[in-house]
Amino acid sequence: MLRFIIRRIIVIIPMLFIILSLTWGLIRLAPGNFYTGEKKLAPAVEANLRAKYGLDKAWYVQYGRVLWNMARFDFGTSLKYEGQSVNQILWRAFPVSAALGFSAYLIALVVGITTGTLAALRQNSWIDYASMALAMIGISIPNFVLGPLLILFFGLTLFWLPPALWDGFPSKSLVLPAITLSAIYIAYIARLTRSGMLEVMRSDYIRTARAKGLTEGRVVTRHALRGGLLPVVSFSGPALAFLITGTVVVERVFAIPGLGNYFINACFNRDEPLIIGIVAFIAVAVLGFNLLVDIAYGFMDPRIRY
Amino acid sequence: MNDKISKTEGHHNEPTKPALTPLGTPPEAPALPRGDEVIHTGPEFAVGEGDVHSAEAGEIVAGSSLWKDAWRRLLKNKLAVFGMIVVILLVVASLIGPAIIKRATGYSYDLIPRENALNKSFPPFRGADGSFSWIHPMGTDNAGRDILARVLSGGQISLMVALISTFVSLLIGISYGATAGYLGGRIDDLMMRVVDVLYSLPYIIIVIVLLAMLPAKTPTGQLAELFIALGAVSWLTMARIVRGQVLSLKNQEFVLAARATGVTTPKIIFRHLVPNTLGPVIVYTTLTVPTVMLSEAFLSFLGLGVRPPRVSWGSLAAEGAQNLAIYPWQLIFPGVTMALMLFCLNFLGDGLRDALDPQMRRE
Repeated sequence: MLRFIIRRIIVIIPMLFIILSLTWGLIRLAPGNFYTGEKKLAPAVEANLRAKYGLDKAWYVQYGRVLWNMARFDFGTSLKYEGQSVNQILWRAFPVSAALGFSAYLIALVVGITTGTLAALRQNSWIDYASMALAMIGISIPNFVLGPLLILFFGLTLFWLPPALWDGFPSKSLVLPAITLSAIYIAYIARLTRSGMLEVMRSDYIRTARAKGLTEGRVVTRHALRGGLLPVVSFSGPALAFLITGTVVVERVFAIPGLGNYFINACFNRDEPLIIGIVAFIAVAVLGFNLLVDIAYGFMDPRIRY
Repeated sequence: MNDKISKTEGHHNEPTKPALTPLGTPPEAPALPRGDEVIHTGPEFAVGEGDVHSAEAGEIVAGSSLWKDAWRRLLKNKLAVFGMIVVILLVVASLIGPAIIKRATGYSYDLIPRENALNKSFPPFRGADGSFSWIHPMGTDNAGRDILARVLSGGQISLMVALISTFVSLLIGISYGATAGYLGGRIDDLMMRVVDVLYSLPYIIIVIVLLAMLPAKTPTGQLAELFIALGAVSWLTMARIVRGQVLSLKNQEFVLAARATGVTTPKIIFRHLVPNTLGPVIVYTTLTVPTVMLSEAFLSFLGLGVRPPRVSWGSLAAEGAQNLAIYPWQLIFPGVTMALMLFCLNFLGDGLRDALDPQMRRE
């Protein structure tokens, strides 16, 4: 197990290197830079600013600095948000995105597993058909359509919830964004749970559990769910990558000051240190989370050995 | 026929056994299928257990019966048929709709009316004086452009991006997967490890950086950039599927026979193996189209995909979301059209999977 973890961590390092080099290369290859905006700076001012941020050095010096920054996890100062270090911005925006993503995934797990299990236990009943049809709708409605529609209905017609606002973690302002973000996960998790449970419920060890005289509820919760949820666990890894795409949109729709919003703005502003900082942060988060999921998988399924 | 299909399906990722027939078995050599012949056979050909003669004789009949079989199964699935009909309707409407609207009302997706009074957003079915009118069934946008025409033209672009990107992903995925599967051994290990690594990359982040940093000069260039960006990131699953298929096929006798007659490796891969993986590839392709369509809409929503004056469903939804409180129809029509398309494509894909690939059928 320990060897497996160490091996995976060793793979993560070259991957980070590739991601960072790609990002940096793209920013460099692109014509123009942060200072080619609508507001022209005096040449002397621009030269001074470039010197201050080290943009006047040779490309390999700058590239080396990017890698060195990555190693220390310190990405310097943002060009756009003057006087703020990239790390300050990261640590301010990350909790916001994390709160949003966490609530969304929690909703998705609870709702998705419940509906998926119910559908599997009552296979081919109306519950089954209804929940699978709903799941298909959840997969098909893009979140940038669902979000505004929810705003229109709950925010601007019924006035129950704020249309766009960020109030911190447990707050009314979190409800709509979290639901919007969770819709597609509810759908995926419900489908995965259903097929996983259907397979497990037919297996020998469930028959054994029943033969021992356990109640149906106990068979389902103690025995079947553990095996039936394995697909959901392995989905959680890629789900994080999806979650990032989701938060980018949801944060823009609901004007939430999270990582996704900063990332898009940084890309449009060509704020190089901030782009690299956010890309590195997200990459570390995704790769680390994938590792965690693989480890969790080993605990859930005793048959898996590394 | 059915149990024959399931035989190949069962072998997905198992290591393949060495072929039993020794290399040059003379009697069969003259009857070997040439590349050109094999290409016309359906996936069932590979399954025929070695009897080259009978397979060749019954080639055409067997080929059509598999597809007929699948077609019959597909027609039994009501949801899939519904999906197929709606998809066809939407595609046809997107293709010919804008021309019809242009004829009937004079509006096109980028036509801004000259009269000042018309230069504002009308609700659906309302004319300039606020009374009922057929001229704008979906209303107009802020500049007075007809939303129906925009939704249908947007459909053209969305469909085109989805189809071409899927094609790009098919090209890469099939070549990569088939090569890895056929060559096997170390090369296979290495190639599939690369796929594993790419799987865990947050590629959408890199696509965003790419599109934001290198916006193309022309709208057409922008579209080309989208095809490549979306195609290049969605080939991974296709590569895995094709590799699995090729692994289960490559030790069958028709490959052995091809090798024995001295067919080159690339030719074996692309003319003998790839045509036999068609079933699963078709299924996965129909499921890739909605995914790619969604990615395109996502990027266009962020302002990174399709740019004005061109429109796509994603960019229309982005425009509509900005005027949501006052002109909700600007979001609702493009949004619902797109959701309907994705919904039906997904149902069609599921139905095709059940029809072509009974082993993979969801319980």
